[in-house]
Amino acid sequence: MAIRWKQYQVKGPYDELIQPSGKPRQSAQPLCKYVSSLSDSELQERKAAAELAIRVMGITFTVYSEQSGSIDREWPFDIIPRVIPKSEWDKIENGLRQRVRALNLFINDMYHERRVLKDKVVPEEILASSKNFREQCIGVNPPLGVWAHICGSDLVRDKDGTVYVLEDNLRVPSGVSYMLENRAVMKRVLPELFEHCSILPVDDYPSQLYDMLASISPRPSERPEVVVLTPGVYNSAYYEHSYLAQQMGAELVQGTDLVVGDDDCVYMRTIEGLARVDVIYRRIDDLFLDPETFREDSTIGVAGLMRAWKKGNVALANAPGAGVADDKVVYAYVPAIIKYYLGEEPLLPNVPTYVCLEKQARDHVIANLDKMVVKPANESGGYGMLVGPHASKREREKFKRLIRKDPRNYIAQPLVSLSTTPTLVDNHVEPRHVDIRPFILSGARTFVTTGGLTRVALRKGSTVVNSSQGGGSKDTWIVDSEAL
Amino acid sequence: MLSRVAENLYWVARYIERAENTARLINVNANLLLDLPKTVAFGWNPLIEITGSEALFHELYDEANERNVIKFLTGDANNPGSIMSALQSARENVRTMRDFLPREAWEQLNELYLMARTQLSSALSKHKRYDYLRSIIAGTQQMIGIFASTITHDHGYDFLRLGRYLERADMTTRIIDVRSADLIADHGDLTPFYNIQWMSVLRSMSAYQMYRRQTQGPVRRVDVLRFLFQDRQFARSIYYCLFHAEAFLRHLPRNETPLQHLMQLQRIVSEADLYQLKQQDLHDFIDELQRELAIIHDQITATYFAVAAPDKTTTERTSALQA
Repeated sequence: MAIRWKQYQVKGPYDELIQPSGKPRQSAQPLCKYVSSLSDSELQERKAAAELAIRVMGITFTVYSEQSGSIDREWPFDIIPRVIPKSEWDKIENGLRQRVRALNLFINDMYHERRVLKDKVVPEEILASSKNFREQCIGVNPPLGVWAHICGSDLVRDKDGTVYVLEDNLRVPSGVSYMLENRAVMKRVLPELFEHCSILPVDDYPSQLYDMLASISPRPSERPEVVVLTPGVYNSAYYEHSYLAQQMGAELVQGTDLVVGDDDCVYMRTIEGLARVDVIYRRIDDLFLDPETFREDSTIGVAGLMRAWKKGNVALANAPGAGVADDKVVYAYVPAIIKYYLGEEPLLPNVPTYVCLEKQARDHVIANLDKMVVKPANESGGYGMLVGPHASKREREKFKRLIRKDPRNYIAQPLVSLSTTPTLVDNHVEPRHVDIRPFILSGARTFVTTGGLTRVALRKGSTVVNSSQGGGSKDTWIVDSEAL
Repeated sequence: MLSRVAENLYWVARYIERAENTARLINVNANLLLDLPKTVAFGWNPLIEITGSEALFHELYDEANERNVIKFLTGDANNPGSIMSALQSARENVRTMRDFLPREAWEQLNELYLMARTQLSSALSKHKRYDYLRSIIAGTQQMIGIFASTITHDHGYDFLRLGRYLERADMTTRIIDVRSADLIADHGDLTPFYNIQWMSVLRSMSAYQMYRRQTQGPVRRVDVLRFLFQDRQFARSIYYCLFHAEAFLRHLPRNETPLQHLMQLQRIVSEADLYQLKQQDLHDFIDELQRELAIIHDQITATYFAVAAPDKTTTERTSALQA
């Protein structure tokens, strides 16, 4: 039997497509109507077609295993897209632009006068214990004053429908290739839908990325030499590195392909000889970038790269040290940072955040640990977290000790109940939790992806969206209802 | 094109060609041993000499008997020239270039590697060995077909073919060399066996029919040598390999040094008076060719792969790392 939206249960969290009454939201109406016109076998056919497309297109992510080295797994994908009306997305997009502009000013300030600390907008202590602050970057002026050229911000929607920023990834955010591939798969599998809805395209990203990278080239030229620097084939995001390089027509290089000369310029080794490199889109963490400056044992970096960058002979995206703003304590101050640098009210709210560094907040967190999510300041991927409502008493006691011992390293937030969206389970749809990661490019101009990568927790009730832990993804549609 | 990518492609081709020819080498020797009278049978030791791996072999094994030599040449991970090592290295190289090479190339090579590994014990069994080696040869030839028909014929493909033909030229000299330790010449009454050996060499290179058609005559040492060294059309003859290597090298930039050397080597091969070369001379001539091929390889490496850093400090660092 085909999908019946009436049987889809919306209760509790906000649902992206279906209203509590059981009726589809306006922007999702053509989609829901079309999907319910498909018979079970047609639906299964489309699902199989999507899986086949993913195999044929070779869309994989890598999971490392001790026994067999790295394994490429096919990308888990759900064929029912997540829909956001354009009018809403426009607001989100403006909020993201504002946010990234302020974050870049903040990073630049941190490596120069640190007015933001002197003016006591952000407490001094965060600097001393920041894991991603790089003293080697003090005083450096990257082109256009931009440090975080590529930012991936995770957004979630709470019960009342408010969209919050959950975190900003300013180091080497990944996932954008899957956003592009998801759309390519959808066009193959459900082309009819694209006739019925006015879905804004996403394919522009690689050329926007190239233009942004070209705009920070130290040598003005028609076609600067842009390369993508990857740690290599065993990195979990290698697929994305190679995909983006191909899409931009840039070389995909490894550390050993590059060399820094006595002239402090970066060259790549080619069969024609050495070729000067202007811009490096690096997908290697700061600490592995340059064994002369950071970790000596790095075999994936390029000796002398920091020298070349500081001299302005090569542009690095993101700039080393940009991660100073990728810190959950800094996150808590982003609304204040926006007001401070831009004199504007934040357009996108933060999830209310308690900084344990502040005594009053700390006491509140410790007293209400059973209602809070506690996160360490500098971890990503959900490591070292406490989800208070689901934790045992022992775990909560452990976190009380941890917080008291190192308050700077912890923040706490009330549990956000992630919104859900209909997801295909066998022959029917069930609500599954989602977040979304749009990508913001900052160069001569700012560009925000149309939508982003929607990640979905495929396990019932789960809110873990990471692909290594049972998460999948969906195409994200920004739909212009007025254009229909 | 990045040096690393070019080098990977060059080595992928060499490794695949090496696996194929090592399989051929074992086959020719096994066939010879079956045909020859026990009094002159020279056993398996020559294969170790021919592949230039005496020292390593004797480090690992006591005796150069059939089992040990075959083990050493097929599955021994300690021998970088074994079929399994060659396939594994090719596979690792292709794995790191999955974005450059078509998916089929990776899948076929992976399948070949897994087959070679799981059926490795067949190599040690006299009655299964032939089929095992033949399927390795077939698998490597399939790789060549996939490359030829699915990848862009750009500089990358030039490097692939350059690697293949240089390796093949080298391995052809080695296969001929199996017969350079000529024991039969000292046994006057063994003439009937004399030609059989050369037939066996031809067969191992799938060259027997081509030879018959080309020469329209019986299998004679000097004609076989001329065919395998100097034939203009047979795809495993040394001249042919060098001639084609030259063509691909000509597509590449900055090719002066290796090109000059390669053309010189071509002249040496085409002008060699093979009739005059008795066994020891033949062996020495083969040694000379192998040395020259190694020099050309080094020149290609120096020109294209080991692109030197532009300054002193970096070169020092690199050599320190290598030391």
